[in-house]
Amino acid sequence: MIDFKIHQRDNEDVSVIELKGYLDAHTAPDLETAFQKLMTENKFNIVVNCRDLSYISSAGLGVFMAYVEDVRKNKGDIKLTNMTPKVYNVFDLLGFPILYEIFKDEQEAVVRFHETKK
Amino acid sequence: MRTQVSHRSKRILSRTDYLIEVREFVGEAARAFGFSEEDTANIVLAVDEACTNIIKHAYQYATDKEIEVSILPQDRSFEIRIYDSGKSFDPSTIRQPDLKEHIGHRKRGGLGVYMMKKLMDKVEYNFHKGKRNEVRLIKYLSDASIVAER
Repeated sequence: MIDFKIHQRDNEDVSVIELKGYLDAHTAPDLETAFQKLMTENKFNIVVNCRDLSYISSAGLGVFMAYVEDVRKNKGDIKLTNMTPKVYNVFDLLGFPILYEIFKDEQEAVVRFHETKK
Repeated sequence: MRTQVSHRSKRILSRTDYLIEVREFVGEAARAFGFSEEDTANIVLAVDEACTNIIKHAYQYATDKEIEVSILPQDRSFEIRIYDSGKSFDPSTIRQPDLKEHIGHRKRGGLGVYMMKKLMDKVEYNFHKGKRNEVRLIKYLSDASIVAER
């Protein structure tokens, strides 16, 4: 059984990471690898689409926290989108909405990147 | 629909690939006990955090150790006791995490304990020399759930 999947695609100068399934202590290293790859490729405009993310624990949240500073230092950002209410509740529990931009839709986040570039 | 939930236990090896089994085990029992989907999700997450902490901190990623998860339903109280034989810790040293402190420092600890407290009604730790470590997570079924059932 595949419990977690990451799909990455580039939307112009924005990298979109789609998450699917269960993000826990077992699968968080996969997300970490994906972020490391983006860093080495100098891709710092990152949108994480959580539409198909069914579950997240603090192990998953920790990955977003670990990389956001490096990303912002390089004039990029990690923006989160398309969360189900269940997944949003977990992000909210730790106060993510104060420190991360969370959008209902992926396209809004992509547009936001372009707006801030102008 | 609320059904009779009996005392049940599950033992797993201290491996993160078993977390999914624990979540299913606890989720099924919480739902049958009468909790809403939201409460069930919170209970499941709290148990995941407790087991993850045991794997990471008590057993320091040794994969051949044992974790026991016991569910003790009683009246309106749904209690989960989680046992391990690893390193114990002093929970009073865990303070509320400051998200800003965690950012960029690759600091990962402490979040799970904080989340467990937020997700459950009660979290207790019992560490006694020569005995297994025990974490007790308790959630009460609210009046609203009981009324809805009638």
